[in-house]
Amino acid sequence: MLDLNSKTPSGPLEQKWDKHRFEMKLVNPANKRKHSVIVVGAGLAGASAAATMAELGYNVSCFVFHDSPRRAHSIAAQGGINAAKNYQNDGDSIKRLFYDTIKGGDFRAREANVYRLAQVSVNIIDQCVAQGVPFARDYGGLLANRSFGGAQVSRTFYARGQTGQQLLLGAYSALERQIGLKKVNMHTFEEMLELVVINGQARGIITRNLLTGKITSHAADAVVLATGGYGNVFYLSTNALYSNVTASWRAHKKGAAFANPCYTQIHPTCIPVHGDNQSKLTLMSESLRNDGRIWVPKQKGDKRAPAQIPESERDYYLERKYPSFGNLAPRDIASRAAKEACDDGRGVGPGGLGVYLDFADSIKRLGKQTISERYGNLFDMYQRITDENPYEQPMRIYPAVHYTMGGLWVDYNLMSTIPGLHVAGEANFSDHGANRLGASALMQGLADGYFVLPYTIGDYLASNKFDKVDTSHAEFRAAEEAVKNRQSQFLGMKGKRTVDSFHRELGKVMWEYCGMARDRAGLTKAIGLIQNLKEEYWQNLNVPGSAESLNQSLEKAGRVADFIELGELMCRDALHREESCGGHFRTEYQEEGEAKRNDDEFAYVAAWEYAGEGKDPILNKEPLEYENVKLSTRSYK
Amino acid sequence: MKITLNVWRQPASQAPGKLETYVLDGVGPDMSFLEMFDMLNEKLTLEGKEPVAFSHDCREGICGSCAMMINGQAHGPWKGAATCQLHMRAFKDGDIITVEPWRASPFPIVKDLVVNRGAFDRIIAAGGYISASTGGARDANEILIGKDVLDESMDAAACIGCGACVAACPNASASLFTGAKITHLGLLPQGQPEREKRALAMVEQMDLEGFGHCTLAGECQEACPKEISIDVIKRMNRDYLVASAKRQEPRATAGSG
Repeated sequence: MLDLNSKTPSGPLEQKWDKHRFEMKLVNPANKRKHSVIVVGAGLAGASAAATMAELGYNVSCFVFHDSPRRAHSIAAQGGINAAKNYQNDGDSIKRLFYDTIKGGDFRAREANVYRLAQVSVNIIDQCVAQGVPFARDYGGLLANRSFGGAQVSRTFYARGQTGQQLLLGAYSALERQIGLKKVNMHTFEEMLELVVINGQARGIITRNLLTGKITSHAADAVVLATGGYGNVFYLSTNALYSNVTASWRAHKKGAAFANPCYTQIHPTCIPVHGDNQSKLTLMSESLRNDGRIWVPKQKGDKRAPAQIPESERDYYLERKYPSFGNLAPRDIASRAAKEACDDGRGVGPGGLGVYLDFADSIKRLGKQTISERYGNLFDMYQRITDENPYEQPMRIYPAVHYTMGGLWVDYNLMSTIPGLHVAGEANFSDHGANRLGASALMQGLADGYFVLPYTIGDYLASNKFDKVDTSHAEFRAAEEAVKNRQSQFLGMKGKRTVDSFHRELGKVMWEYCGMARDRAGLTKAIGLIQNLKEEYWQNLNVPGSAESLNQSLEKAGRVADFIELGELMCRDALHREESCGGHFRTEYQEEGEAKRNDDEFAYVAAWEYAGEGKDPILNKEPLEYENVKLSTRSYK
Repeated sequence: MKITLNVWRQPASQAPGKLETYVLDGVGPDMSFLEMFDMLNEKLTLEGKEPVAFSHDCREGICGSCAMMINGQAHGPWKGAATCQLHMRAFKDGDIITVEPWRASPFPIVKDLVVNRGAFDRIIAAGGYISASTGGARDANEILIGKDVLDESMDAAACIGCGACVAACPNASASLFTGAKITHLGLLPQGQPEREKRALAMVEQMDLEGFGHCTLAGECQEACPKEISIDVIKRMNRDYLVASAKRQEPRATAGSG
């Protein structure tokens, strides 16, 4: 069994982080440059961590598989970033952001982590503005805010519909500054394929250069994974196509526990699937729900054009079911309600898998100009994809996989169960419980990278002894061999099926049985299907080309192999959690259509331990203790 | 739809390349341009051939990875859209489409349609930032920025770093890219202290990378998927000129305490 000590500091909630910051050991400025840290990934969490640690004086190396650190998927976040600034004077506070986040996560996150997140949220906005992030402002020059799901205050800062892009470019510019100053050694086109653990400590990684195929070892005193989420296990998701679980999964197989893998966020407002060749789903920002009203016809199978359906024959189901939050109900609830309406035969568009998101009322109230200023780029994006004009007819939307709350288990210091391996951003499981609120992913990524890791890594480096290790160590050789062997296996099979065909099949199984609604029979079936798929994968895969040059099929082969194994673990986790909470909805556990938690038996983090090839993973539990909030039924009515 | 594709194939940086012709049947109008390439690659793989290497990732026009010269137009016929946002309804049955990589010597071809745009990162590393180390920032609302200035800055900040401007420019100039960053930061109050230093450093790095000079042909703004205006180049030139005139050696900072 693993030691799942969360290392949460003692004392009152409000003082834990302050107290911890004082108690953590410091590394003297002259000694910082003697310590090396590897950061894998340069999204919001990775770029901010790498830049900040370099500013502090550590010897930082950063790795991305893209051609540039500016391409990370954080760039695609549209709507905004939360912070408890209370600039709108509407009653926001650190405590309210903390409470909304805990409640939004359906009481499955660690109190102390979430409180710290709410505390540093205010610093993030200051930091970003100092870097030149052009957040929206009012005519007087002050910062503007918008509302997001699961909150009754306006605390979301935004830069048009491109908030993620602007925040990432801010972090990227801080990173490039350190690269220019030779404080960060940046490696582009390098994909991490193995973690190296020596004497129980994470001491390095193995990478493959995507252009030359060269396999290289890199040693350091600590490793940070900021490698994002695993939504692409579903094949179709709003994630960028390269987003994958490989870095996390390799670390998992070296001893890092994987926490709550079944907690998946299905985003309610995405453009519906249009055909078999579809490669990804496109999100329409949650911010649209500020001014758009969601509805379906009251009548089953009503095929009339939306404009022909009179007001009295429309069901604005979110406003009806959740009057106090209305169209701004949290994502998991809004997604389930859309599925319910479609399952009931009232869905719209091809295949009946869609609901309307209607701006007619807002356009009447505010004018087309204002709506265009707020959401113009999203409307254009919608029109390009669907060939329909959302100014003239309602958008059609449907839920799609968007974010994964689960990830590698970390303690309060963001360290995994492998000493020295730290995990930041979406790659860890820490702050969102079973459901993430909108505009909180950007907040968490930057909190981890700018304001948490740079402190906690220092404490780890100052508190531990480091044997002199370089890449000539036998563990590096062995890990390099493992990587090369795996590649030869992929290239040697010469089977009949492409990587994509396996990935699509895996995605269908995951969506069908481990998607918006799950049950015992389906999950059990899915585990069998995935095991069969894995067997066929390793016999019948066709990967063309060689390992010695750019080979995108080979890259995908490794990623999909890991997705298949993760998919099985997700189903196991979903099967064992006999309750419904947040994004995890087990049809057996519901009350009047709402998720029914079981706090007596399941108020814990499920941290899965890898037990070896062919063996069942081992379940470890970290109990969740709530000292400050009362566990209650989540109500948005 | 039946589409005939002429695609640039080049096995490696130094190897010679040529256009190969492929015929693709059953292309739907709702498919994206890159989904058509996925279809081609599945077909090639099953035929035992090597698929076409191309850059892509987010497929929603924001990461800046995709980069295809489509019938001689950077990112193809749709204005204000990246390659990944282009859909096949822009074409008709029987069309012949020629697809080539960005062509500019600072963007060496890696393989097929993939080029290396590391030069852009080096331009940013030279000065495309505001030096604001983590932790020292004052309250965000203490800096007032009028909405008009902010909007103009945001227009320039929207650049996705795809390189279409360079590919479309007859001189392979990176002025639109560099000017956009100089404008984004140079308009903001936070960007003032380093404004001149930034313009000098970035322009010099741009020249060092081998990008050509701007002759205001205007092709860049036509190709830009974010429709960034060449006004940003005027601003770059002005800042650079002022900075060159005032150029001075940095003073020593040590020994004062």
